[in-house]
Amino acid sequence: MTTAAKTNVLNLSTEEFVHPGNRACSGCGLSILYRIGLKALGRDCIFVVPPSCLTVMQGLFPIAASQMPILNGTFASTAAIATGVRAAMKRRGKQTQVVAWAGDGGTADIGIQALSGALERNEDIIYICYDNEAYMNTGVQRSGTTPQGGLTTTTPYGKKEQGKNLPEIVAAHNPAYVATCSASYPLDFHDKLLKAKQISGLKYIHIQTPCPPGWGCEERMTVKIGKAAIDCGLFDLYEIEDGKKQLSEPSRKLLKKAKLPSVQEYLSMQTRFKALSDEQIAVMQERIDQKWADYRQEFCAE
Amino acid sequence: MPDSRFKVLTSASTSGPGDAGRTGSWRVERPIIDYSRCTPAKTGKASCHLCWLYCPDNVVSKTLEPKIDLEYCKGCGICAEECPVKAIEMVSEEQFVKGGEDE
Repeated sequence: MTTAAKTNVLNLSTEEFVHPGNRACSGCGLSILYRIGLKALGRDCIFVVPPSCLTVMQGLFPIAASQMPILNGTFASTAAIATGVRAAMKRRGKQTQVVAWAGDGGTADIGIQALSGALERNEDIIYICYDNEAYMNTGVQRSGTTPQGGLTTTTPYGKKEQGKNLPEIVAAHNPAYVATCSASYPLDFHDKLLKAKQISGLKYIHIQTPCPPGWGCEERMTVKIGKAAIDCGLFDLYEIEDGKKQLSEPSRKLLKKAKLPSVQEYLSMQTRFKALSDEQIAVMQERIDQKWADYRQEFCAE
Repeated sequence: MPDSRFKVLTSASTSGPGDAGRTGSWRVERPIIDYSRCTPAKTGKASCHLCWLYCPDNVVSKTLEPKIDLEYCKGCGICAEECPVKAIEMVSEEQFVKGGEDE
């Protein structure tokens, strides 16, 4: 396993690639990620962005909020476009990093076949999915990753089905690198991007991104909610390199705890879970407990 | 195909601040920093800077006395929530209108 340098707040670059006054909502989790992520990626990059909140955030003609070259494509073809851009760069003899940055709808639902194809071909790109667990940009419609029981405008009584576990679907393709991140740990994301830049082949990064208008919380709670999701064990940060899974620091320290905080705490911070019944919460808690029992067996035995 | 053909097809934006206008007008509450409590301002040493790290809109400066660009600050309050010493307070914008200091 390659080890990357640990970035902290003090040695994080002050060079900014995103301008203030962009169209992102107040308290947007994606804005934090985009700002800090670009610091890790640097200037030699081309972005491929399908319709998503990022398209809105990057700006409408004639002003762009981002300083990076961005190619906007269609929902279904993000990974395919990135493949093409990478091939063109290779033809020109350039090392330019191609980054596909899509939302959960553009990755889990509409764009999954293009992503699956690119994964199979092991294209040399970074694919980032920021998962805000619904189609937030168009007004909070349910997506494939919306958790069970979540309220959206198209599931007014709560979603019946379970959300997809996208990073595991991607990991089943055996790509070079898979990692999960959270908007509440931007430095962890920064370090994982630095690592991904060094690896050839397809690098997939999945980020849980709290969205105040969609999740129904105060804008100031964005970072707190992301942390609560990790602390209760619902969402876990890990990286899979060469098929070997390793928990990242914020999740690894949970292994030492005998009992994790109840998921109820995380759920009650958001209005989208207010339709959940006690039984549904108990089932959710049971699943989390089972997952962490498996993790303890897997990682503590070594 | 010659390169010039591609140039005709591009409609590139120019990069700059204020794509959505002066987003400071979205603000309902204004962050006010108490420098007597802020760790880097108090100790004179570079430390903490969490307000700068977590600011989604890139309006907080990474300086010993953090400065907030009120022209673009959307007033989300993440800085106030994440400040470990609670040095940032969110004050209603109404007060500033009454005082004639509306920006």
